[in-house]
Amino acid sequence: MMANRVRLAVLVAGVAALALLPFFAEKFTMQMITKIMIMAILAMSLDLLLGYTGLVSFGHAAFYGAAGYALALVTPHDQAANFWTSFPLAIAASALLALAIGFFVVRTRGVYFIMVTLAFAQMLFFVFHDTRIAGGSDGIYIDVRPVARIGGWQPFNLDNFAHVYYLALGLMVLVYVFLRVVLRSPFGHAIVGIRVNEHRMQSLGYPTFRYKLACFVIAGAIAGIAGYLSAIQFGAVNPEMMGWHLSAAVMMMVILGGMGTLVGPAIGAAIWMLLELSFQGLPQAGGVDLGKHWQLFMGAFIVLATLFLPNGLIGIVKLLHRGKEGADD
Amino acid sequence: MTETAAPVLRTRGLARHFGGLAAVKDVSIECRMREVHAVIGPNGAGKTTLINLLSGDLRPSAGSVILGDEDITGLEPHRISKLGVGRSYQKTNVFLPFTAFENCRLAAQSRLKSSMRFFRPALSDQDLNAVAEQALIAVGLDSKGGLAVAALSHGEQRQVEIAMTLATNPRVLLLDEPLAGMGAEESARIVELLKKLASDHAILLVEHDMDAVFAVADVLTVMVNGMVLESGTPEQVRSSRAVQEAYLGTEELLHE
Repeated sequence: MMANRVRLAVLVAGVAALALLPFFAEKFTMQMITKIMIMAILAMSLDLLLGYTGLVSFGHAAFYGAAGYALALVTPHDQAANFWTSFPLAIAASALLALAIGFFVVRTRGVYFIMVTLAFAQMLFFVFHDTRIAGGSDGIYIDVRPVARIGGWQPFNLDNFAHVYYLALGLMVLVYVFLRVVLRSPFGHAIVGIRVNEHRMQSLGYPTFRYKLACFVIAGAIAGIAGYLSAIQFGAVNPEMMGWHLSAAVMMMVILGGMGTLVGPAIGAAIWMLLELSFQGLPQAGGVDLGKHWQLFMGAFIVLATLFLPNGLIGIVKLLHRGKEGADD
Repeated sequence: MTETAAPVLRTRGLARHFGGLAAVKDVSIECRMREVHAVIGPNGAGKTTLINLLSGDLRPSAGSVILGDEDITGLEPHRISKLGVGRSYQKTNVFLPFTAFENCRLAAQSRLKSSMRFFRPALSDQDLNAVAEQALIAVGLDSKGGLAVAALSHGEQRQVEIAMTLATNPRVLLLDEPLAGMGAEESARIVELLKKLASDHAILLVEHDMDAVFAVADVLTVMVNGMVLESGTPEQVRSSRAVQEAYLGTEELLHE
């Protein structure tokens, strides 16, 4: 109970800090943090599969990309789409795609699940990469960002980077609260049971296929929220949004942050993006452009983190906490 | 009561092959309400396979399983469970990281009408909590409900295994060696529990502890090499020549 209250206090303080940041920070910083919050939403959605249900999805970027493309495709040429219709539509596109793919992949287990989720996502990647449906390998621009008008009133303007920042923050908090509520529900308890012992869940009377499929769809829909936000922020979409590089990066964020904790993956997203940025900014040394080889440093970091932090970054907090109170909650 | 007359669960010519090996061959048995039907036999006789066929963990190669008037042959385990057939496992099959209480609560939760509830906190359902608590009391584990099952002794884990099965509120209980690995005191308690459960359940009991078997069984079936060798009241089986000849290893036990 005590630990829960501390956790809540830390989270509220964190959100308050993020809410106040625009009064001090520059545009570049805010755009970077917007990107991080979008990745945090994506990482939390994958955590529902990876950390809670035990489904190691290696194709999660597909649902992120699908929502982005959905927005791009419903945006008329030289005109703005309506936020209030395009946003739910983009989420629905991701959810439907997750339902269709999930219907096949959720039947498989372990390493086969990893393989088929990757395969489906790559198929989708190449559909957008190699056909002219949506600009091929270059992707397409969203010429005008969606407009969020209700009658004559416009609560926010997506051309304003500060508004996009607050939209991402609001949605990130909403997604976190939604997932916490779901995880506390009978459904949430059931999916964790499936991760721990699916066989026993079945013999207790749980149709585990349906539960796993529902999880896959929820996670896909939330990934869609992130994809839509990303398309708004950059004003463009491209096939890389669906590629396995992103799927792998999100998986790393979840694992580095700490699977099955929600907050961990969000922190993992922040660390990942900041490390990427700082490694890319490394100077020349001895005639070698270190920044160009940032992935080498990223790799070294991953190796060290997995060696020394098997429970992710959030594991450090738990260790400290246990040391102080002698028991966990 | 008509319930006692008609078998609630029966099989007809049930068989299961693994490649060329027939683990269960032409087994026809019946379980009635308020009756304990014990199945005994040497290791490899096909007792666990039989339970797996009844619970849906395995699909029969031939034959049928009838629950009440319904043919449930080959149904998935979760459907058979929902129809009121609960099983326990010989090899403890529980949620080790969860508390004993949560193991039972999760079992009770499976009986909710709507299987998908997303927004109400799971632990706020007092009916489910009460069912879980009752199941723990029944097996004598209520004082350890708050402990992770992984931290319990082997015998206590076996008790959780049975409590979970009870928490799904089944009509038919399929118990696969419930006493295996329990101490004398725990065993005695479970034997008493079985007697009590027999008053309003149909129980199929696979068990190696012959004292327990003869203490609770109303009907006794002896299996050897996947087939039913003899079936009847414990007295009939005791005096069966076929059983005495084929089942040498436990002859002494049978005549105790």
